Amino acid sequence: MREVAVIGFAQVDYPRSDDDEVEMISGVVARAIAASGITKKQIGFTVSGSCDYLGGRPFSFVTALDAVGAWPPISESHVEMDGAWALYEAWVRLQHGDIDAALVYAFGRTSQGDLGNVLATQLDPYYLGPLWPDAVSLAALQARAMIDAGVCSEKQMAEVARARRGAGKGSGTAATTGGVDELLAAPYVASPLRGHDCAANTDGAAAMVLATGDLARRVCQRPAFIRGIDHRIEAHALGVRDLTRSTSTELAAKKAGALGRRFDVAEIHAPYSHQEILISRALGLGSDVAINPSGGAFGANAYIVTGLARIGTAASRILDGSAKSAVAHATSGPCLQQNMVCVLGDER
Amino acid sequence: MNPCAVIGIGQTKHSTKRDDLSIAGLVREAALRALEDAGLGFRDIDAVVIGKAPDMFEGVMMPELYLADALGAVNKPMMRVHTAGSVGGSTAVVASHLIQSGIHERVLTLAFEKQSESDAMWALSPKYPFQPPLVAGAGGFFAPIVRSYMRRSSAPAEVGYMVAVKDRQNALKNPYAHLHMEDISLDTVRASPMLWDPIRYLETCPSSDGACAMVLASEGAAKRSPRNPAWVRGTAGRIEPAMFAGRDQVDPRAGRDCAADVYKQAGITNPRKEVDAAELYVPFSWFEPMWLENLGFAELNQGWKLTLEGATALGGDLPINPSGGVLSTNPIGASGMIRFAEAALQVRGQAGAHQIDGARTAVGHAYGGASQFFAMWVVSSEKP
Repeated sequence: MREVAVIGFAQVDYPRSDDDEVEMISGVVARAIAASGITKKQIGFTVSGSCDYLGGRPFSFVTALDAVGAWPPISESHVEMDGAWALYEAWVRLQHGDIDAALVYAFGRTSQGDLGNVLATQLDPYYLGPLWPDAVSLAALQARAMIDAGVCSEKQMAEVARARRGAGKGSGTAATTGGVDELLAAPYVASPLRGHDCAANTDGAAAMVLATGDLARRVCQRPAFIRGIDHRIEAHALGVRDLTRSTSTELAAKKAGALGRRFDVAEIHAPYSHQEILISRALGLGSDVAINPSGGAFGANAYIVTGLARIGTAASRILDGSAKSAVAHATSGPCLQQNMVCVLGDER
Repeated sequence: MNPCAVIGIGQTKHSTKRDDLSIAGLVREAALRALEDAGLGFRDIDAVVIGKAPDMFEGVMMPELYLADALGAVNKPMMRVHTAGSVGGSTAVVASHLIQSGIHERVLTLAFEKQSESDAMWALSPKYPFQPPLVAGAGGFFAPIVRSYMRRSSAPAEVGYMVAVKDRQNALKNPYAHLHMEDISLDTVRASPMLWDPIRYLETCPSSDGACAMVLASEGAAKRSPRNPAWVRGTAGRIEPAMFAGRDQVDPRAGRDCAADVYKQAGITNPRKEVDAAELYVPFSWFEPMWLENLGFAELNQGWKLTLEGATALGGDLPINPSGGVLSTNPIGASGMIRFAEAALQVRGQAGAHQIDGARTAVGHAYGGASQFFAMWVVSSEKP
């Protein structure tokens, strides 16, 4: 495999953006390229992630192209997935050997609708979708299964939520006053989830520049090398899955070489507190790892962007020299159906 | 870069409404046929790459999540591509990269659309900034472009009718094609209602339910496959913005660049001579001559002469859309992949009644958006 590294990353988030998609993306694309040390002309492949159902219109990625300046025509692709999977496609494309740099971006404006209900349209359209279960209720089923199985408690969930909300600096961070006992006194949103257990939805965009080994070393002081990356999907129906485990994360972690490795930082894509607990276990993380020091999804949580932002945020720690190794995780689908694990490291 | 081969191809019987099948049933029909062709089962597949056009077509957001079980993708990597109308082609390109990069040995790639579940006219009428909404679907968008081509090239109206007849006659030889119009003729096309001037009803693609699947394989895996492989000799994708001053929508530069890239990879210097058959994305009849020029098969404003002379007919020296093309079958998200798959069928010698004798090199092409997204591949009976 050719070595590939993250050499530039930028993210923007708002509680509710007045900018349109093009305005959000142009800023982060310009910043990511400026930070990378290469020029736009050196980028051989561009790939994005977006979701038509956020804006309620088809082809939302088409007009977004105006933000990257696709003239003369560029080599490009698009996934209807979290930007983390766009990154995966770019990583694959960079293995070919004919190009040395790629641009990845993702955008999502959740403020245009009620995301909990919008996500109900991603369920099996014949048996589950017509019942219209909202995303928070499905996550609550998973949290309940975990509590019943003794995997976690409401108190542990509150501790996670409190810590992330304390660390998060993004627009999604709501101030949490008081201790865990006070959090546990709050009413349920969907039992056993309380408001603090659910990351707030925000609007945002992220962009990342990737380069292969030689170029990365030439232009970047501390490239964040992708040492392993893999993603796996589970069955869709909640009833056929063990919701108290994330077997796809376990498998992806194994394939990406994450198991048994020591990390300085872990960035986990968990919009609900119990999901961070579940993914930490699947990744086999010990108490010596700083988990979601950025606040994770509790800092900023723009659907489609959050997964790519986890990888970018973890990479940023290596780029700025504050960490030598990191593991990042991204998820998609109801109750963590699909998961990606990305192992990042410095020159070692 | 590692060689990549097509070792299995499967399609559904395409039709207006496949109400005998769920979405999962539809994709399985194509996937199981592709696996059978390759002599494999789901357990032999390393990863699944799926594509479709906007989720609004079925009203299911990211349907690949729900389809993971039906496509045997559980515990495997699964990706979902969406590049507008070119998506069927782009999806195959992404899948081929997973083989060429050496990451996987066998990848199942599939594209589908079940347009009967929703209203494609509505879903194809996006609102662009600073433009009044057309709410006229794709035909309303492309009609002015067709008119512009007719004016520039001075081509007679007959050319459009000829393409409409030729592709429907080709479809009669393709059991999977949606439209089987036994009585199609220049007269019936000419007499059909004007839908979006200058595009007549019979010069327009249908709205179909359908899926297409391929198994792509490494050299080692291809050696063990029971039937002739089609070797991928080049893949390319190009895009340009939808609107800007001076943009040529009749002859978009992204299409020209895409073709130049893919021919270079395949070592093709004279596509007219070196390509034995091409499956081009022609949803409205006039796009045949337009793409012949854009993709380097004819000089500018001369493409219509190839059609008029019969060069693009089944017995001509450059058969275009021997399968019947998009004009005969159009499950939008799958239409690009059907082009790629039909090109592969030709060089494998497995196209049945619409087989071009001795076809060794074939082109698959797809486009989308406002004539701005392009995906192509060149396949050959010879290993690169």
